[in-house]
Amino acid sequence: MQKINFLSPDKNNLYAYLYTGIFLFLVSVFDVSLNSFLSINLTSFLPESISFILPLIIGFIGLHLIRIEYSGIKSLDLLNKNINTNSFNAFLSLIIIFVIIKSLPPILSWFILDANIAGDSKDVCTGTGACWTYIKIWFNRFMYGMYPNAEQWRINLSFISLAFLGSVGYFATEKYKKYLTLYYVVIYPIIAFLFIFFFISGGPIFFDFSYGIIAAVVSIIIGFFIPSKYKMYYFIIVPFTFYILLKYVIFYEELFELGKLEALVWVETGAWGGLSLTFIVSFFCLIFCFPVGLFLSLGRRSDLQIIKYISIGFIEFWRGVPLITVLFMSSVMFPMFLPEDMFIDKLVRVIIAISLFEAAYVAEVIRGGLQALPRGQYDAAKSLGMGYWKMHIFVILPQALKLVIPGIANTFLALVKDTPLIFVVGLLEIVGMLNLAKTNPDWLGFAMEGYVFASIVFFIICYAMSKYSYNLEQKYKTDR
Amino acid sequence: MADPIIQIKDMNKWFGDFQVLKDINLDVEANKKIVVCGPSGSGKSTLIRCINRLEEHQKGSIVVDGTELSEQTKNIEQIRAEVGMVFQQFNLFPHLSILDNCTLAPIWVKKLPKKEAEELALKQLKQVQIDDQAYKYPGQLSGGQQQRCAIARALCMEPKIMLFDEPTSALDPEMIKEVLDAMVNLAKAGMTMIVVTHEMGFAKEVADEVIFMDEGMIVEKAETKEFFANPKSDRTKLFLSQIL
Repeated sequence: MQKINFLSPDKNNLYAYLYTGIFLFLVSVFDVSLNSFLSINLTSFLPESISFILPLIIGFIGLHLIRIEYSGIKSLDLLNKNINTNSFNAFLSLIIIFVIIKSLPPILSWFILDANIAGDSKDVCTGTGACWTYIKIWFNRFMYGMYPNAEQWRINLSFISLAFLGSVGYFATEKYKKYLTLYYVVIYPIIAFLFIFFFISGGPIFFDFSYGIIAAVVSIIIGFFIPSKYKMYYFIIVPFTFYILLKYVIFYEELFELGKLEALVWVETGAWGGLSLTFIVSFFCLIFCFPVGLFLSLGRRSDLQIIKYISIGFIEFWRGVPLITVLFMSSVMFPMFLPEDMFIDKLVRVIIAISLFEAAYVAEVIRGGLQALPRGQYDAAKSLGMGYWKMHIFVILPQALKLVIPGIANTFLALVKDTPLIFVVGLLEIVGMLNLAKTNPDWLGFAMEGYVFASIVFFIICYAMSKYSYNLEQKYKTDR
Repeated sequence: MADPIIQIKDMNKWFGDFQVLKDINLDVEANKKIVVCGPSGSGKSTLIRCINRLEEHQKGSIVVDGTELSEQTKNIEQIRAEVGMVFQQFNLFPHLSILDNCTLAPIWVKKLPKKEAEELALKQLKQVQIDDQAYKYPGQLSGGQQQRCAIARALCMEPKIMLFDEPTSALDPEMIKEVLDAMVNLAKAGMTMIVVTHEMGFAKEVADEVIFMDEGMIVEKAETKEFFANPKSDRTKLFLSQIL
């Protein structure tokens, strides 16, 4: 057996180094874990400062011994390459591992071990951990805001139906795939709007909605038997005439018993709130700000000077003001400029304000993509006889938008996380409800639980969105 | 005798203060093949880019197939649809398959039914021998194949005139031949062609006339044989001695 030089481990005594190194490393981890989980200090006989850094020294020696280049053991090489390339990195890795071990017990204890979830009042929360009872009791408020409990099924039903309608893209067969864009860009937002406006809002207007649905369904069924030559005219004229007939002639003055169906209770938008409001605001802002931003970005690159300067002015204005002032203006200042008898709902005003605000950001992101395209693409499209719109729709935008998916996702995530700001106009989405709940005299002192809960909810939403954007990127990758 | 299909009279063009083209006079008759050569920066590319108005000229007139190109030209898209162009950098649309590259303009500009457009595209792709690559994306093809696809794409619009802007300059030497072969076939089929190139072998084989440009001017314009056998200006002689 050769002489072993512990200062420079080499391949010859691979296993001697490996076992000693792993042993030392495990000893250091063991020591820290005992200390952290069971509060036992194995080296308490030593002076305090030495006892404190001893695991670091032992672990450091251990990592030094297993740092053998080209050992031939795959996992060892991988480990060395990633966390153990030199003494400094080994030191950093050790610190990180120890910090994680050290911080696990308090986190676990706060979240689970010492936390309370049973009961239904503040009194059960006696431990040092989180009081999840608070979240449990307030859960309905966090989800639905001040929406009356008895009517919450309307929100649930709407969201479930919308989620279902939103997922048809997955089930569409080849034959219908080409209509998907139209569906998602035009039809789906309209359906969503109808659901929210008539179903969640409710009130006497619901009757209009039901007439509309009857008119639409009946005319579509008849539509199957109309020769395709006249189909376009049919669908332009018939549903609307039918709707007007239903509303003003057939059911007028409640001529039929059907008209006496009990309407849904009207719930004013001020009572909406919680996570459902977050969803509603985010959804519509995302849908509106994208096309507006798209046109602004094209406008900013336009050859027509007027359009160009209007776009630049618009973008710079909205980028230059803080969102919170925009919201405030939309709610307080804007109504002053409206005629006396005109009224636009607060929620609608807020959605328009946020959409315009974010559109400016989206515009600049898309402009980045447009500028990244080589000039040759424009030349080629023009040389084939395409005009401005054909060139942009078929050649430029598909490529530019593909390039800016990460940037757009970024803006959209920021938008979702900006929605709590609507508290300045008195709309309380999930964070707003939290702030309200934490000032409730019966539930003082649980702000922490609330914010942790909100962070988890936002993280889930945002992570899903970012995953989705990554999937889109992969889907449209054609360069190889 | 019919009017020339391209008539350029006293055409001048500036980029800012710099004059790129000076008093260009050029008539091209239908079915003629013209090769334009000259040192880099002499304005050859700019000249042919003016013919389908990818660049605007400031003075003089350009008439393509009876229509004058100017600020007032409303149907510039229609002219461009009649003038095919092949670029040095291919400029295929990377987000579309080869077949879609070829059918995009016929479907949306010429309003051909999809099926007809696809048949036409496959026919043109077969002409340049890449019909087996029709469902791949441009990024999966070699440079030579991409350039041949670009030629097929331009031909799918069934143009009257084809412009080639240094079609082989960005290619590996061994791929140049396959592209030139495609162009020779096209020439033999009777297409009106204006080709900017340094491939003198190609010029000798197919060109009716050769134009030599330097510093934005047409220095020499002669029948192909005449041009190579006894060039008149000293500048042309120097150029030919360096390139041949």
